[in-house]
Amino acid sequence: MSVDTETVARIAALARIKLGEDELAAMVPELNAILGWVEQLGEVDVTGIEPMTAVIENHLRLRDDVIDADPLTGGGKRGDVLANAPAAEHGFYGVPKVIE
Amino acid sequence: MTDLTELGVAAIRDGVAGGDFTALEVAEAFNANVAAAQSVLNAFITPTPEKAIEAAQAVDAKRASGEPLGKMGGVPIGMKDLFATKGVQTSAASHILEGFTPEYESTVSQKLWDAGAGMLGKLNLDQFAMGSSNETSFFGDAINPWRRNDGGNAALAPGGSSGGSSTAVAARLCPAATGTDTGGSIRQPAAFTGITGAKPTYGRCSRWGIVAFASSLDQAGPMARDVRDCAIMMEVMAGFDPKDSTSLELDVPSWEASLSPDMTGKRVGIPREYRLDGMDADVAKSWDDGIAWLKDAGAEIVDISLPHTKYALPAYYIIAPAEASSNLARYDGVRYGLRDLPEGAGLQDMYAATRAAGFGAEVKRRILIGTYVLSAGYYDAYYTQAQKVRTLISHDFKNAWSLCDVALAPTAPSAAFALGDKSDDPLAMYLNDVYAVPASLAGLPAMSVPAGLNSEGLPLGLQLIGREFDEQGVLNAGLALEQRAGFVAKPEKWW
Repeated sequence: MSVDTETVARIAALARIKLGEDELAAMVPELNAILGWVEQLGEVDVTGIEPMTAVIENHLRLRDDVIDADPLTGGGKRGDVLANAPAAEHGFYGVPKVIE
Repeated sequence: MTDLTELGVAAIRDGVAGGDFTALEVAEAFNANVAAAQSVLNAFITPTPEKAIEAAQAVDAKRASGEPLGKMGGVPIGMKDLFATKGVQTSAASHILEGFTPEYESTVSQKLWDAGAGMLGKLNLDQFAMGSSNETSFFGDAINPWRRNDGGNAALAPGGSSGGSSTAVAARLCPAATGTDTGGSIRQPAAFTGITGAKPTYGRCSRWGIVAFASSLDQAGPMARDVRDCAIMMEVMAGFDPKDSTSLELDVPSWEASLSPDMTGKRVGIPREYRLDGMDADVAKSWDDGIAWLKDAGAEIVDISLPHTKYALPAYYIIAPAEASSNLARYDGVRYGLRDLPEGAGLQDMYAATRAAGFGAEVKRRILIGTYVLSAGYYDAYYTQAQKVRTLISHDFKNAWSLCDVALAPTAPSAAFALGDKSDDPLAMYLNDVYAVPASLAGLPAMSVPAGLNSEGLPLGLQLIGREFDEQGVLNAGLALEQRAGFVAKPEKWW
């Protein structure tokens, strides 16, 4: 399978990355070279093989259902959470207007 | 007096504990080397000399009052700029995280500080750890301190993604550094700079506070001058962390205390599929040397087959970008990092403009590949197929472990290449990780040990891959190689 300019533009829109026309034009052959190369995976017989979900066997844990079990990842950290926000306003993340 | 910057982790730890020198003297000596090399080698994104001094003074004060100094007491280290460090910029070598100053400390870095280590600075790397030459960094190339013996003085790549780490350790700017390995990012740069680097079993080191690239593959590990130093540092870095859902709930073995170069009764597997057509002659010779050395150490050498080896890289270049495209969705100009808000733009336009301005070309390429292979209609053909192939690669190793205890292979298909050599050709760059990626896909412990110099006077590394949880077997085989390789070469100082 190969991708055309239109497909790459659609993918870039899905990925929320603005690409200029030159960037888009350069990206098409690069992505096609990579996709052409990974295509060889199609020749592997995977009949009856399960896709990998965990590389080392492990189980998912549940933490105790208590507030602030780990103070580092508990609540009450608004100042810390907003400290690196590019536009914090009134204790919230500021964003451009989304509702007219 | 000894040049303190020639000492490794164990020698510094023991020397500080024994009162041969103070931790402050060590920190000052390395700070001076960092400052003198910074404008040339560009190993660090953010040097933090004051942090190194502060930690050293704390260790010296502890010693004065007779308190224990910790497993790395008085050892200053470099921290790959992918680990969140409280109050110190954590950039992932990207523009989008430039200026990001975490309010928290990653688990692995915290463990190192708790063990008495100090921070010399945050090290350069490929942007978001995506690259094999450190050339995708937003903060410029790190320069390999090694040069070819042809007198041409071409600037060489230090490998990647942990290229600042490898540069700094090889140039004696720090005795050890952290690295992270997603598809060879510790081992390949270690090989390119004549140092030792290890990645433990996936899940040994907590990923909490490490900027995520491909979460099912990312694993932190040590980069240092020798095997013992790696064992010491890995012991400190590893351990269960409830804040990482894939953290292994296992005790950390005493890897340093159990080090043994005696390979009697051990079987070393030589994967036949790793002997590629057109293999570099010096690399092939160093592999043969390694086989002879392990035989000399008492090991039995056995031929093994890892039949899906050739599919490891293409599978990796579906799985890693897929995970990256998902992980990097968080950089949206809202919560942290860069925001690009064009005049009159709405929220969606802001996302797209921010990500266009904040990500470098390789990061964009991988996000697009990842988005494509996960998109409706292509998911099964690409992503599911790659995950099935990953299962087969893991099976290959499981089958091999019935015949051998550890596998030996080259770390990389060549010695360090020149900056710019492969940066225009993503595929040529990817192929550099052909020997490193299979162990990453299988989550296995692996390390690179310097094996010698090639005909151009550049270091080559040998790779050991072990069973899951058997870091000890990898370290021991590494030690057996190290003792026989007798690698003492170091880059001549030109910077």
